[in-house]
Amino acid sequence: MNAKQRKLVYRILPYAVLTGIGICFLLPLLWVLVASVDPNAMQSLKMPSRITGANYAEVITSSENQRAFLIGLIMSLGQAVLVVLLALLAAYPLSRYQMKYKKPFMLTILFMTSLPITAVMVPVYQLFLGLKLYDNIFGVILFYVASSMPYGIWMMKNFMDSVPNDLEEAAWVDGASVFTGIRKVVAPLMVPGICTVAIFTFSGSWGNFFVPYILLQSPEKFPASLKLYQFFGQYGMVEYGSLAAFSVLYAIPAIILYILSQQFMSKGFGLQGGTKG
Amino acid sequence: MSSLSANDALIKRKSSYPWLFYLLPSIAIMLVFFIYPILLTFYYSFTNLALTGEAARELKFIGFENYARMFQDPTVRISIWNTLVFLIGSAVIGQQVLGFLIALLMKQRNRTFRRVIGTIVLAGWVTPEIVCALCLYSFFGDEGTLNAIIGFFGFSEVTWLFTVPMLTIILANIWHGTAFSMLVFQAALDDVPNEIEEAAVVDGASKWKIFTSIIIPYIKGTITTNMMLVTLQTLGVFGLIYAMTGGGPGNSTTTLPIFMYNQAFVNYQLGYGTAISLLLLLIGIVLSLLYIRSMKE
Repeated sequence: MNAKQRKLVYRILPYAVLTGIGICFLLPLLWVLVASVDPNAMQSLKMPSRITGANYAEVITSSENQRAFLIGLIMSLGQAVLVVLLALLAAYPLSRYQMKYKKPFMLTILFMTSLPITAVMVPVYQLFLGLKLYDNIFGVILFYVASSMPYGIWMMKNFMDSVPNDLEEAAWVDGASVFTGIRKVVAPLMVPGICTVAIFTFSGSWGNFFVPYILLQSPEKFPASLKLYQFFGQYGMVEYGSLAAFSVLYAIPAIILYILSQQFMSKGFGLQGGTKG
Repeated sequence: MSSLSANDALIKRKSSYPWLFYLLPSIAIMLVFFIYPILLTFYYSFTNLALTGEAARELKFIGFENYARMFQDPTVRISIWNTLVFLIGSAVIGQQVLGFLIALLMKQRNRTFRRVIGTIVLAGWVTPEIVCALCLYSFFGDEGTLNAIIGFFGFSEVTWLFTVPMLTIILANIWHGTAFSMLVFQAALDDVPNEIEEAAVVDGASKWKIFTSIIIPYIKGTITTNMMLVTLQTLGVFGLIYAMTGGGPGNSTTTLPIFMYNQAFVNYQLGYGTAISLLLLLIGIVLSLLYIRSMKE
């Protein structure tokens, strides 16, 4: 192989490898998309003989599915609103005040963001039985809020650090209270940050399966994730078409929110900001 | 005048609303629903707590009995081993190495090509885990896409979920999680200054030399931090495994979360289940501490 050929190989090889990886990642996804419009969907990916909307119609018109989607929406939305409000409040003194225990507090928060939630589910279940919150949608929301508070506070504090003090102080000079200052000056300047926290929190619980699976019992209280799992267990071997349609419908909000979050996260994606205590 | 008003502002900040007022709601909710359950884990793991039978009526302190049982239980050993294989296979080798490889190969490629491949990999990450489980269950199924492809090339089909279940869930988790590492490494690789690389090229350094003595040392911190984060995320994986194999066949894909679930909610041995939770929690705590340490460096 001469130098020219080697150079050509070096140029083409990365494209070939990446294309191969891309195909491996694409195939399972392509199946769910194609099967959802195929009237005779099977387990393997194939060209549909004709395209139908019947699978989607079947999923959408079922009142049970509508309720599952609505419950999922209520849970995720309720959680996102609560987390944003509480984290905004908590971030304020952490960002603005000189506090003696700020550093250890922030490190504890960071520590809590990385603990696996899975590990606390058994004691949380016991706690919920004791508090009579078991099989209660509002109880699930409360746990979701608690478990996403650490990263909510962490992110919100970092976003708030980048809002300058001057404008807020000007508002105080004009007679605004600290609280009004947060509401009218700090919060509006933090809209991208607030949206990012809200989207992260929403997607986290929208896609979560384990938490409602442990904390809920009555099928009529199941959110979309549990409903899909139930569906999967009952008809997994036959109803590939409607199962795929349900999956696509369930995945869409998460995908849309991810795209939206990219618009808000101007700094892109990285681990920066982590070292600020 | 302006210095006077700034002074007023400072006074305002100090006097009105104590910091506790702002922090109290979040601290309270975290204490009740997050920190208290963690403490409960320690306590319950020393009890005979159960959902049925005599223990359900009378909670007894039984000392280290659950732990003694754990050390003798062969399924615990299998679960720890499975968790380790799953962590190393899907998190450390799979997501981390593959994510890095994708990010590296993508560097300086055609923009449209980058975007297409990036979007495909990202789609797996954005997709909820139960949908991932379904997509990959059908991909690896007996009559699934993979076997159809293998059959097309004239090889005999493989019952993936029965013959190599661990490999199947590892690949599924790689499919679901690699995008995270890819994004992290893309950001890190973009930060490597081009000048250093160019200078090395001028000095006649080979690609391999540039890779090992410039790129790797430059992003070492990112590698450690990402490794901890990805391992932590993988440690808690439940839905994906549970929906694809249910921990089986036999106990071949029973990781610690699955075993914990089975003991607590299938066999109703909550005390024993909590002892396993604690084991999982302790692994998580150690990894979290390492993660925070790697962040501080």
